[in-house]
Amino acid sequence: MPRQTVAGLSGPAAGYALLSPAMLIIAAMLVAPMLALVTLSFWTQNGFELDTSFTLANYWALIEPADEPTMWMGIPFPFKNPVYAILMLKSLVMSLAVTAAVILIAYPMAYFLAFRVTRYKALWIIIITIPFWTSYLLRVFSWKIMLGFNGVINSGLMSLGIISEPLSFLLYNPPAVVITLTHAWVTFAVLPIYVSLEKIDRSLLEAATDLGDSKWQRFRRVTLPLSLPGTISAALLVFIPTVGDYVTPTLVGGPGGTMIGNSIQSLFLKQDNSPRGAALSIVMMAIVALLSLLFMWAVGYRKIRARSA
Amino acid sequence: MRKIFTPLTLYAILFTVFLYGPVLLMPLFSFNDNTFAVFPLKGFTLKHYASMAANGSMLGALWNSLVVATIVAVIATAVGLPTAIALTRYRLRGGGAIAAALMLPLVVPSIIFAVALLVILVRILNVELSLLTVGASHVFICLPFAIMVLMSRLEGFDKSLEEASRDLGEDGWGTFRRVTLPLAWPAVISSLLMCFIISFDEFVMAFFLSGTDPTLPVFLFGQLRFPNKLPGVLALGSLILLVSTILVVAAELLRRRGVQEKPA
Repeated sequence: MPRQTVAGLSGPAAGYALLSPAMLIIAAMLVAPMLALVTLSFWTQNGFELDTSFTLANYWALIEPADEPTMWMGIPFPFKNPVYAILMLKSLVMSLAVTAAVILIAYPMAYFLAFRVTRYKALWIIIITIPFWTSYLLRVFSWKIMLGFNGVINSGLMSLGIISEPLSFLLYNPPAVVITLTHAWVTFAVLPIYVSLEKIDRSLLEAATDLGDSKWQRFRRVTLPLSLPGTISAALLVFIPTVGDYVTPTLVGGPGGTMIGNSIQSLFLKQDNSPRGAALSIVMMAIVALLSLLFMWAVGYRKIRARSA
Repeated sequence: MRKIFTPLTLYAILFTVFLYGPVLLMPLFSFNDNTFAVFPLKGFTLKHYASMAANGSMLGALWNSLVVATIVAVIATAVGLPTAIALTRYRLRGGGAIAAALMLPLVVPSIIFAVALLVILVRILNVELSLLTVGASHVFICLPFAIMVLMSRLEGFDKSLEEASRDLGEDGWGTFRRVTLPLAWPAVISSLLMCFIISFDEFVMAFFLSGTDPTLPVFLFGQLRFPNKLPGVLALGSLILLVSTILVVAAELLRRRGVQEKPA
C-alpha cells in the first residue's frame, strides 16, 4: 500500500481526508433529506401549517380498508383510497413488462457485440451508448410525435392510404408507456449484458462444441448461465428506476397510463399533502427494494455471481 | 471467411434503427414547413429555428442551463477526483459503503431524491428554491458518473509511477500535481463533459427544485403542453440532441483513450 500524505496526514487519515467532500455530500444530499422525508411522513398537513405530532395516519391512509372493495381490472381493492394500491400494482406490472421487453431486445444486441463484432467494436459501443446520454425528456417526447393522434404513424399510414381515420389507441394508454420506457431504457441494459458475455472464456464454448453440444445446446447450457450476472443486474437497473418514472406516464400515458410517480408528484405539488406524499414515496421504495431482494434471492444471485467470477 | 450478413447482423441494424428512428424524427420535422409533425412533408424551412432564436424566455432558460451545467460539472469532477483517488489508492474501512451510497442515484428513481430534497429545503430549512438548489441536486446525481470515469482511469495506469515519484522525494501534493493529474487528465475532461450533459439534460430534479427561473428542460416541458409551440420545441430539441451527441462522442473518445493508454 502506498504511503501518501495529504495536508500533513498520512495513511488511512489521508484517505478519509480525500473522501471528506464526498462524505459531506452524502450527509447533506442523501442522509439528511431521507431522514427529513421519513420524519415528514409521520407529521400532518393542516392547511398551510404542519402538525408535528407523531402519527401513522399517512401510512394508514394508503391501506385504510373500506366496506365496499373497488374493482379494477377484475381485481378487488378493499381500500378507502384504492388509487394508491391500484397505481402501485399497475406501476409494478408495467415496469415488469418494460424490464422483460428490454432484456429480450437488449440480449441479442449484447450477444452480437460480444461474439460477432470483431472490427469497429468501439464504434458500435459508442453508437449504442449515445442515445442513453441524450435528453430523456426529448426521447420520450419523440414517442409522442410518433404515436399521437396527429402523429407520424397516423399521418404516415393515412398518406399511404392504409387507414382513412387516425388510430386513437396508439397514445395515452399503458402500452404507449411501456413502449416508450422500453425504448428509453434498452441501451442501458445492453452494456452490463455485453460485459458478462465478453468475460466468458471462449475455450468453454469450444469444449462444449467438442463434447457434442449443438449451437443451441451450447447457448442454453454454457453461454446463458454464464451471462446471468450481467443480465440480472441489467434487469434490476431497469426495473427499479422505471417503477417511479414520472416523465413518461405524464407525456404519453394520458389518464389511463398514470403511474405511482404521478401520484407522488400530485401529492407534493398539487394537492399540497406532502406528508402523505412522503409516506407514499417511502412505501414505494420499500416495496421495490423488497421485490428486488426477493428476485435476487429467487434466482440465487450470489451463487451465480460466485460461479462466474 | 465468416459470413458477413448473418441474421444477428440484421438484428443489430434493426435495433439501431429502433434506437435512433424516433429521435431522428425531431430534426426531420424541425425543417418541415408545417405546424404539425405529420407526413407528407411539405417543404424545407428554417423559420422554426428563427422563431426559436427570437424567443427571449427560451434564451433565458438556455443561459440558466448552461451556467448550472458548467458549475455542476466543475464541482462534481472536483469532488469526484479525490474520492476516486481515495477509493483506488487506499484500503479504507467503510470505503465500500461510501462508494455504494455514492452510486445510489444510478438506481433509485430520481423522484425520490427530488421530493426528499424538496422536503428538507422547503419544509424544514425554509430555503427559497432557485438555480442553486437545482445545481446542488445535480452535483449529487453527477457524482457517481464522475467517480466511475475517474476510477477506471486511475486503475488503468501503473501505480509504480506514483511510487517512483514519492521515492524521488515528491510529497503527496507534488505527486498528485506532477504524476497523477497529468495521467488522469483525459478522464478529468471526460468527467467534465459527462457531468455537463447530465446536468444540462436533467429534468425531474430541476422540475421539483427550480423556483421561478427554469432550466431548459423545465422550460421545454412547459412548452410541450401547447400544440402550437411544437415547431419551436422541435427546433430546440434538435439543437439539444446535436450538441449532446457531439459532447458524448468527445467524452467517450477521451475516456477510451485514457483507459487504453496503459504503459507497457
